Formats: sequence, C-alpha cells, structure tokens
Amino acid sequence: MIAEAGLAALWLAAALAILQIVLAFGPAQVRSVAAAPVRSIAIVEGALTVFAMAMLMWVFERTDLSVLLVAENSHSAKPWLYKVAGAWGNHEGSMLLWVTILGLAGAALAIFSRRLDTKTLTAALGAQGALALGFFGFLLLASNPFARLNPPAFEGRGLNPLLQDPGLVFHPPTLYVGYVGLSVAFSLAVGALVTGKVDSSLAKAMRPWVLGAWIMLTLGITAGSYWAYYELGWGGWWFWDPVENASLMPWLAATALLHSINVLASRDSLRAWTMMLAMIAFSMSMVGTFLVRSGVLTSVHAFAVDPERGTFILALLAFYIGAAFTLFAVRSGRLSEGPKFELVSREAALVGNNLLLTVILGIVFIGTLYPLFIEAVTGDKLSVGAPYFNAVAGPLALLLAVLVCIGPLLNWKRDSGEKLKRLIVPALVGVTVLSIALVTIPGSLLAKAGLGIAAMLAISAFLPLIGRKLMRTPLSTWGMVVAHFGIAVALAGMAASTMLTKEVLTAARPGEQVQVGPWLVEFESVTPTAGPNWTALQAELRASRGGGVTVLKPQARYYTSPPTETTESAIETVLSGQLYTVLGKPAEDGRWQLRLWWKPWVTLIWLGGALIALGGMLALGGRAWRGWRRERER
Amino acid sequence: MIAKPKHQRLVLIVIAVVAVLAAVLLAMWGLRDRASYFYTPTEIAAGKAAVGQPIRLGGMVEKGSIQRLPDGVTIRFRMGDGTGAVPVVFRGITPDLFREDSGAVAEGRLSADGTFVADNILAKHDERYMPPELGNQAAEHKAAKTVER
Repeated sequence: MIAEAGLAALWLAAALAILQIVLAFGPAQVRSVAAAPVRSIAIVEGALTVFAMAMLMWVFERTDLSVLLVAENSHSAKPWLYKVAGAWGNHEGSMLLWVTILGLAGAALAIFSRRLDTKTLTAALGAQGALALGFFGFLLLASNPFARLNPPAFEGRGLNPLLQDPGLVFHPPTLYVGYVGLSVAFSLAVGALVTGKVDSSLAKAMRPWVLGAWIMLTLGITAGSYWAYYELGWGGWWFWDPVENASLMPWLAATALLHSINVLASRDSLRAWTMMLAMIAFSMSMVGTFLVRSGVLTSVHAFAVDPERGTFILALLAFYIGAAFTLFAVRSGRLSEGPKFELVSREAALVGNNLLLTVILGIVFIGTLYPLFIEAVTGDKLSVGAPYFNAVAGPLALLLAVLVCIGPLLNWKRDSGEKLKRLIVPALVGVTVLSIALVTIPGSLLAKAGLGIAAMLAISAFLPLIGRKLMRTPLSTWGMVVAHFGIAVALAGMAASTMLTKEVLTAARPGEQVQVGPWLVEFESVTPTAGPNWTALQAELRASRGGGVTVLKPQARYYTSPPTETTESAIETVLSGQLYTVLGKPAEDGRWQLRLWWKPWVTLIWLGGALIALGGMLALGGRAWRGWRRERER
Repeated sequence: MIAKPKHQRLVLIVIAVVAVLAAVLLAMWGLRDRASYFYTPTEIAAGKAAVGQPIRLGGMVEKGSIQRLPDGVTIRFRMGDGTGAVPVVFRGITPDLFREDSGAVAEGRLSADGTFVADNILAKHDERYMPPELGNQAAEHKAAKTVER
C-alpha cells in the first residue's frame, strides 16, 4: 500500500503539471485568471513529490522486499541510516529525488517570489511545470521506483559498499538541490523572455535562487571530492571522471551567471547575456543528469546500461534545450540593451570573468563528450583524462584567478584604474612565492604558477575592504571577499599538495618501519575485526614525526551482501597536511602491501571550497536580511 | 580603447562567438595528443598502438599468468582476449576484484620491448557495475568461446 500511495502521488503530480502548463500558456482569457491557481497547483505538486519520496524512504526503511527496487538495492541487515539513504543510492530513487527537488523548487518559487511581475511568475511556473512533466514521464514510464516484485524476494541484494558511508546521506541531496535549484533560474528566464520583462527587478528576484543553488553545488562538489578522496583509497581529490565533470559544468555556468546577474541587478545591463547563461546553467544540469543516468559513460556512478532510458533523457534534453534556445533566438532581439559601460570598468571585468568561465566550460564539455562522439562516428573507444583537462583548462583557470584580483577594485561604468595601484604589493608577494617555488621545488610550472597566483589572490581578496568602515560594509561585500579568499586557499592547497606529496608503496612485515616525508611509520600488526555487515583485516600503524605517536588503522573490508571487498583508508589530519594510509593485499612470506602518502596542505582544498560556499551564504543572508528590514520599515 | 556605446551589443556578441570558438579550438588542440585510445590485446599484438602514447588496454587476465615480483608490490601478468595476449607489468595495489580469468582495463603505455607498463588498473567493480568497454569485451569473448566449441 505504501508503494502504491507513492505511485499515485506521482501520477497525480503529473496530471497537475499538465494543468499548470495549460493554464500558464493557454489562450489569453485563460491566462488572465491563471495567476492564483497556477501558484496553488505548483505548491500542491511540490507537496505530492515530497510525499512520494517519503513513501520510497519508508519502504526502504522497512526493507519491503515486495518492492523490486528495495529487493535489488537494500538488505535487512544494513545499518538504519544506509537503509533510508539507500533510497537514493540507485537509479530510480535518485531520479525520484531529482524530481522531488524540482517539485519543491516550483513550490518555493510560487511561495516566495511574490514581488515579481505576476505575468512573468505565471509563465515561469508554467515552464517549471513543463520541466517537471517531462521528468515525471521519465519516472513513470521508464524508471518506476515503486514497481512490485511478485513473489517478494527472500532477501535483498544489498547496497554497493562504496556507497555505505555518511557521504551518501549528504552528498547526493546537496548536489541535487544545486543542480535542480538552477531550474528556477531557467524557468524565470523563460518567463521573462515570454513577457519581455528582462530588467533589474527580474535579476533581483532570480539572484537568491542562483546564489542558493550555487552554494549547494559548491558544497556538494567539495563534499563529493573529499568522499572520493578517502573512500576510494587512491589518494586523489579530483579524477576528471565524467560524473565529476557533470557536476563541475553546471557549477561553472552558475558561477558565470552569479556574476553577470549582479551586473543586471545593479546596472540593468547584460540583459540577453544573463538570460542566455540562466538557460545554459540548467541545461548543463540536464546534460549532467543525462551523462550520469543514461549509463553512456564509463564511470563508477553509471548503473545499469539501459539504452531506452538514455534515449528518453536525451529526447527530454533536446526538447527543453531546443525550445528554450528557440525562444531566446526569437525574443532576445527585442530586448533593448541596458546602460553602456567602458572597457575599464567592473562590468567589463565581469564580462571577462564570463568569457573565461564560458571557455573553460566549453573545454570541459567537449572533453567529457568527445569519447561519446568519437565512438558514435568512428567506433573507436578512447578516454580523456587529467592530462587534457589540466593542460587545457588549467592555465585559463589561473588567468581567471588573476582577473579575480583586479575586477573587484574597479568601479561600475568607468574607472581610471587608480585603485589598481593597490595590487603592487600582492603582485610582488605572488612573484616572490613563484620565484621561491621555481628554485626550491621540483614540479610542474602550472602548479608553481598556481601557488604564486594563490598568494597574490589571498591578499588581493581583501583589498576591496580598504577605505570602508568594516562594521558598515554590506554582508554581500564580505561574502565576495570571503569567497574570493576561498579560491586562493583552495588553489594553494591544490598546487602545494600536487608538488609536495610524498608517496611510498612497499611490502612490509609487522614490526618494520617506513619513512614517508617527515613521518616515521611503524607497522605494528594486522588483526581481524568486524562491523555490522562486514568483516575486515585491520592494520595498526604507529606514526610519529618528532613529537607524539598517532595510531592509524586502515582496513581491507569484506562485505557479504553484495559480496565486495573495499579498502578503508586511515587518515591523520594535522595543521600542515594529511598522512594517508592504505592497507593492500598480503604479499608472500608474511609481508603486507602498504601505501602511504604525506600530503602537505591538501586540506586547504576543501577548506577553500567551504570558504567559497560560506561567502555565498554571507551574500545570500545579507541580502535576505536587508530585504526583510526594508519590508518591515514600510 | 573605448567601445563605442552603440556598438556594445555587437561587441558582446563578438565576445560570445570568440569564447565558443576559442573553447572549440583549444579543446581540439588538447585532444589531438592527450586522448587515450582503447585497444584490445589482439590490436596491440598486431602493432596498432604506438609506443609511449598513453593508452588503455582491456581484456581478460589470463589464467595462471599472474606473477608477483620479489619487492611485494609489482606484478606481471598477461592480458588476453582469446586471440592475442600482451604482457603487462604493474606496480601498485591491485583493485579488489582483479583476479585471474576475469576482466580488467589497464591504463598506461606500451614500452619498446612490447610490455605494457600500467599506471592504473580498473577491474569489474561489483556485480552490476562494469565499464562499458569491458561489458562488450566480455560478451565478445564469450561469443568467441561459444563459436570455438
């Protein structure tokens, strides 16, 4: 009954989506009365999707083995948290979560955007309904999460142990809120193009959505990177895996949008450009969903390969993106340009930001899809990895980081470049760091340049605060400063850990000592141990560098359902980096394979990511607070 | 240099076009020698892969071919596909599902003496996940075996 209730809710929501579209885009006399009902429908639709998701989590919690999805992906002996979170650890459940967030985004748009022009809001909600309908159709026709299994299974097949981690609880929902949050920007852009009201008030209405989605994407990517880093046991924090790229592409587009929307909000300029970016951002989310969910790419995230599903999502993708860009082509010509600006101005710097981000996005996009394209055309199989992305996108990213030092110091409209003199000190510091790195550390030029630019940006990020009263500086300015500083921190971590990492791969007997960087690691023993649904061999390592001793316990785990072996790394975090240890296989003669890394400053990568997100939160919070105060004063 | 106000829209459009073109050109330039192609053991035995290029080799780990070297962390094995086989050397911790008579993909380079030096090895990940190349490989391998019988 629980599963049927969930399924019924989905069908009902799909029917409401049709009604929503008809009301919003129907004949003029329908549209004239549509505003209120369309809003109510969006809210009910959101509630129905939440209900369906809750029902799925419930059947997973109860391990109801008469539901096909549960039988295939869960197990009665799994820890409670992973039973519930396991609801989205598979294709169908993960698509339902996607659709739930899409429904919620529509409901939130209906509830919170009251100050927006009514006609634009109605059209935007219609667009949101059209998006939802397509994905409801995909769920109901090609990926039903509530399908029954008759007779019920005796026991479930279990969840991939790599996913049995707290990361599963937070990473997919966070990332999805980011992905799908961008749908609101897409729908608002469609709505505004339909009504022709592209102006600063639209930008102000769109900005919190973009900012919120961008914060969640930033957090999701940062958390996902750390999850892959410790769970896979490969010691890397970014693999240029197609699925990682699928989350990076919307982030790049959203970052560009975030900056251009400020131009539209503050200066009423870059109208068509911003609408274009809003459409590209969510299009990238859909491309990402297609890449991950259709199973066309080689990746640990790709579940069963199912051509029917791939074709379905591809058709949805082609329809939505095609329709949106056709609308853009027809309507953008009518948008008048906003106020002009000169070549040395804040606007021009932000156009530069957008230009670089767009080029980087294009490079990632082409690199990610190239293998698909080649296989379709010539039948050759190939993969594109770090060597391509680092060499082609890396220098542009560094160039962008230099621009981040400059842009915030320029005035809107026109600037004499007077404040740029403040950059002399940070530039000197950057050059000094670069020179030291060139002389003392072996490594790639890209990483050394990254370190120098990180040093320059770390100081420059604070320059916009000069001459301001710190207590009276708006929170959104603080947000910008913190986020830009976060980029410097993350960049420093990436560059430093790339150049300074020390790695030891060896086979050792218990009692032997291994030196890795400044650490002396003593291999004590290997003993068996067990958890709720796994058994393991656990090594005990005693690590020291001068001072006290730390004990690390990396494991080689064996899960019974499904039968899988995994490696659980053990990591010791200190201020200046991480000691990362992995237990490998037994070699002959009583030795064990050990892989040890000393990764100086690697933690800065995720700290930087967190700072970037915090900057976004400060900006979002500051704007919300000011809006609320203004409202109250009236 | 100041953009004339009435030309601003034109300038923005030019910038957008330049961005797209630049991305395409840069990507094409980068992909020319940085994409790593996938080969089967038969193709490598036939001399189709260039020495020293980053490539990927996919096939079945031949039965009885895994050989551990005295350092405890290097292995040698033969990767085959029924018709050809390539000797592979790998220094590192093999993935959990790497075993004889099962599918694997090795990433690395072909050395001048015909040995494939792997930097990384991917194996079938769990019961349901399998790299698509490997899926096809295994199916073809099975089909070949059936025909032989």
